[in-house]
Amino acid sequence: MLEAYLPLIFMLIFGFGIAVIFLVLSEWLGARRITKEKQTTYESGMQPFRTARDRFSVKFYLVAMSFIVFDIEVVFLYPWAVQFKMLSPEAIIAMFIFIAILFAGYFYELRKGGIEWQ
Amino acid sequence: MDIIWTLLEALIKAVVILTLILLFAAALGVWAERKISAWIQNRIGPNRVGPFGLLQPFADVFKLFMKEDLIPKAADKTFHRIAPIITLGIAISVYAVIPFAGDVQIGDKVYHMGIAPDLNIGILFVLALTSVGVYGITLAGWSSNNKYSLLGGLRSSAQMISYELSMGLALVGVLLIAGSLSLNDIVGKQDVIWRWNVIFQPLGFILFLVSSFAETNRTPFDLPEAEPELVGGYNTEYSGMKFGMFFLAEYANMATASAIMVLLYFGGWQLPIPAEWLGLQQGSISLAIVQFLNFMLKIALFVFFFIWVRWTVPRFRYDQLMNLGWKVLLPLALLNVLLTAIGIWILK
Repeated sequence: MLEAYLPLIFMLIFGFGIAVIFLVLSEWLGARRITKEKQTTYESGMQPFRTARDRFSVKFYLVAMSFIVFDIEVVFLYPWAVQFKMLSPEAIIAMFIFIAILFAGYFYELRKGGIEWQ
Repeated sequence: MDIIWTLLEALIKAVVILTLILLFAAALGVWAERKISAWIQNRIGPNRVGPFGLLQPFADVFKLFMKEDLIPKAADKTFHRIAPIITLGIAISVYAVIPFAGDVQIGDKVYHMGIAPDLNIGILFVLALTSVGVYGITLAGWSSNNKYSLLGGLRSSAQMISYELSMGLALVGVLLIAGSLSLNDIVGKQDVIWRWNVIFQPLGFILFLVSSFAETNRTPFDLPEAEPELVGGYNTEYSGMKFGMFFLAEYANMATASAIMVLLYFGGWQLPIPAEWLGLQQGSISLAIVQFLNFMLKIALFVFFFIWVRWTVPRFRYDQLMNLGWKVLLPLALLNVLLTAIGIWILK
């Protein structure tokens, strides 16, 4: 059974190997005439001020958290969908109730403005 | 001994598929993008290197290899290097589960036309890898220590995880019909044109299509690299082939998204008519070649559509993009799941 995954691991090694080779080739073949100006951060020709390691909008965190909730829902849906034709009516209704509860949470978030971007 | 043969088979397939990706998905994709954009804008496009400028992408890649590979002083050097590796590595590895044609029988041995197309986690593997792809772009944006890059990377990750939801939910409709996660099984059920999933899942297909555009960061959702506001977005501080790797990965991802859509909704490598009508036998090599060409043609049509949209439609604003994802696509995708489930239940 696990043998079927061997080609998969193989392809992963292969794909990432090619990427590493590209990276090494690029750093090795490329011209090297480093000056002080070239190494500064690009900021539309201005002197860069402050760092980019700064706080950013809390909205991005909110999106990430909502994503986790709904992504877990999707993960629960997959086995249910694959086995759907063999399930009893109770299992199907149970999933509908599960989706309804999530929908309630979704509307709550919507009304609270959790996914509002201005 | 058996494992050695499996590995040897995998090695040969990996080399062939890698050539296919780099030659067709990436090189031909870049050429097609430039040529089609030129036609749309009434220009000629690349026509100097090779016939019809076909060798242009190779010239570009060689040029990129020879270019100075700069890492800004302020950047985090380790992550700055890791980011393009993740992006390109994933773009290539995804092809492991894609079946390129039906199984071929030689003697009493059955060969799968793909690296591991029969794997029972198929489409899940694709989703998992594309999710990891978000790391590549986010890390590229963060490690550059550049404000434009950071914003591009943040926008991109927020956009990709938002549309991944509707993508995953739209997929549930197909899973309900196919009852399997294996791509070979999903394709196997769509053996003639009137059994293609797009007929039973028109809403699901449209949702999947829109999400694919957002997932591959293509116009009208190319906010991560919105030039007027963010210069180059997450790849502003990249030069040389490191930039080229992001570029190649974008085209490889476009081809992957097209391939997945063809596999899920348009019958994959299956011909529109039963193979017997053409006088081709199931499991024969000639049928596999026809199926392979058919699959490539379908992918090419989708890639053309991606390019066509890019040069026709303007870019969304970021709030419009998030509203579309969370307020339109997500409820519609859930509705699609419910409708499909009820439909199958009644028909059963």
